[in-house]
Amino acid sequence: MPPVLQGILTILIGVGGCVGYFYFSNLVLDKVIFPAKGPQAGRNINRANQVRPWLFLFPAMFALGLYLAYPVVGSFWRSLFDRSGANFIGLGNYIDLFSESSFRTAVFNNLLWVLFVPAAATFFGLLIAQLTDRLSWGNIAKSLIFMPMAISFVGASLIWKFVYSANPDIGIINAIRTSIGLVALDPLQVRFWNNFFLMFILVWIQTGFAMVILSAALRGIPEETVEAAIIDGANPFQVFFKIKVPQIIGTIVVVWTTITILTLKVFDIVYTMTGGNFGTHILPSYMMTYMFRDDGRATAVAFVIMILVLPVMIWNIRQARKEMR
Amino acid sequence: MDNIAGQNQGGRVLVNITVLILVLLWLLPTIGLFVSSFRDRDQISNSGWWQAPFAVDLNFRTRVATDGAREEGGVFIIEGNVFADPALASEFPEGGVVSAYGTRAVEPGEFSAGDQSELRGGGTVVINTDGSFRIETPEELTRGPTLYFEARTPPKFTLANYNTVLFADGMDRAFINTLTVTIPATIIPILIAAFAAYALAWMDFPGRGLLIAAVVGLLVVPLQLALVPLLRLHTDIGIGQSFLGIWLAHTGFGLPLAVYLLRNYMVGLPRDIIEGAKVDGATDFQIFVRIILPLSFPALASFAIFQFLWTWNDLLVAKVFLPSGAASQVMTVKIADDLLGSRGGDWGILATAAFVSIAVPLLVFFTMQRYLVRGLLAGSVK
Repeated sequence: MPPVLQGILTILIGVGGCVGYFYFSNLVLDKVIFPAKGPQAGRNINRANQVRPWLFLFPAMFALGLYLAYPVVGSFWRSLFDRSGANFIGLGNYIDLFSESSFRTAVFNNLLWVLFVPAAATFFGLLIAQLTDRLSWGNIAKSLIFMPMAISFVGASLIWKFVYSANPDIGIINAIRTSIGLVALDPLQVRFWNNFFLMFILVWIQTGFAMVILSAALRGIPEETVEAAIIDGANPFQVFFKIKVPQIIGTIVVVWTTITILTLKVFDIVYTMTGGNFGTHILPSYMMTYMFRDDGRATAVAFVIMILVLPVMIWNIRQARKEMR
Repeated sequence: MDNIAGQNQGGRVLVNITVLILVLLWLLPTIGLFVSSFRDRDQISNSGWWQAPFAVDLNFRTRVATDGAREEGGVFIIEGNVFADPALASEFPEGGVVSAYGTRAVEPGEFSAGDQSELRGGGTVVINTDGSFRIETPEELTRGPTLYFEARTPPKFTLANYNTVLFADGMDRAFINTLTVTIPATIIPILIAAFAAYALAWMDFPGRGLLIAAVVGLLVVPLQLALVPLLRLHTDIGIGQSFLGIWLAHTGFGLPLAVYLLRNYMVGLPRDIIEGAKVDGATDFQIFVRIILPLSFPALASFAIFQFLWTWNDLLVAKVFLPSGAASQVMTVKIADDLLGSRGGDWGILATAAFVSIAVPLLVFFTMQRYLVRGLLAGSVK
């Protein structure tokens, strides 16, 4: 069977199966288990309505439980065992990891990423949102800056491989360097700073996200507060930092935390650009060096990532509960 | 702020210039990739993409034939034109301009055109700008020397890279694999999440608040945690590394956002319509299919775009849940694991492959940007 046909067939089966489940499970509930007719029609309708939410929820709960909730426990449990999975070694994997200097580098780099990427992306996003606010071509500018959001991390990495290339006939950075008389070098091999060159790729991708949301928040600021400040003689910087920013601080925090979470998951950029060489490993890429080789270590690294995410998770749940009240 | 900027023409100009610089900074890398994908291989390695519209100095070599040698006063002379070489004639149908030449491969542009230079093994050689050369040697040559020269070559754009990538490099297969992963992995979570979101938004049952909090919590669980236990599980129940496995994985990973976005949207739908329908005797299933689904179209569309972009662009899940053979490689894996290794120096091919892989998301992005923005706002601004 040609692959295209095979693909289409599997799509039909998958989607059809889903639609079928909801349709027939409701049908069975209403017609067979609790039929809305006969002497107990009223009671049956009520009973069916008590069951129905769970019918609607079941596939989602099942998938969420299996694919996200169970792995938290499952990964932690697995990380307590050695490579073969047969011997319980307690925190042995964690102790081994922390004694590896490359792991400590990855943790350190990851902290740099978590500090720098959300800060820079939010800063650029806020700057561009503010500058394009009243610009006649602001929407076009925003659309173009938003565009990298659609590009895969792998695609983005390739795009930046061209920019960073050590060959001055390919990389624009080295072309500029040689044209002003400096020697060409490979930016990705400059220790420590190469991390920032990689981070900038993610900043490049995420700025559009920050910009779109902050731009909407800026538009939501009541005009009167800005006008009042201007009448009182505030200069543009004062208006921005003392009037506008405090009013959208909640949104800034949301943008910041969202990008932080994303930053903790992205492994593609490091994997494609340097493969973790030249001291650029971060935890997600470091985990992949153990994936398929030593599940105990891999899950231990994953769980360290989970611990880093935990504060944001708790904060998010608190916020959500506050809003529901 | 515009009140002030309006009074201050200089400020206005400054804002325009700053935004222009930022936009260029954001756009240039992608333009570079796009331009490079259409350039000829030799041109890519000899001049930057920003010089693509201009003629470029490329290096050529030609082997001088000895049969045209004549003797003049004890000196053997060979004359000819480098552009007459049949191997180069197609490159220069109307002749060309030589800017520099050399006699050694390591320094193909050692001497300026028109300057005479010593030939290894005795004698002199000169190549003029029009390509004509003259070799004088004290003894008759048995083997013609190889001449290297740099000549201006007009800018050359070609679809050859696309031809290679799409038809010879297995990228067509990878493209279909990506589609096969993406489409079910987009549609299935929407269906499942829409039902769940409706239940969470409009049905009363014990534990509803707890479930919503759980969904919000699961939003941020790093999917790295899921890789090992789930691959293990898939292997144990016989799915293994397969398309079915990756659909299930993508469905699971996409669900929290889907449920969260859709519930937020559905909660905002007017209560009157739903209650009215209930009074008229509609069942929840009917309400969902006839009222909620059509009304939630914008939210469904935004999530569909998110999930599509995410699954299309994903590398990690595909690396873990799909077999690594060419038959099931998706484009991101193909580029990251295959092309970067085997064709690491072939920039034209890399650029083209990258562009092929980002073309569809870009198309989706530019045609459906409105829904994407709306979805982002619904998910983040509270």
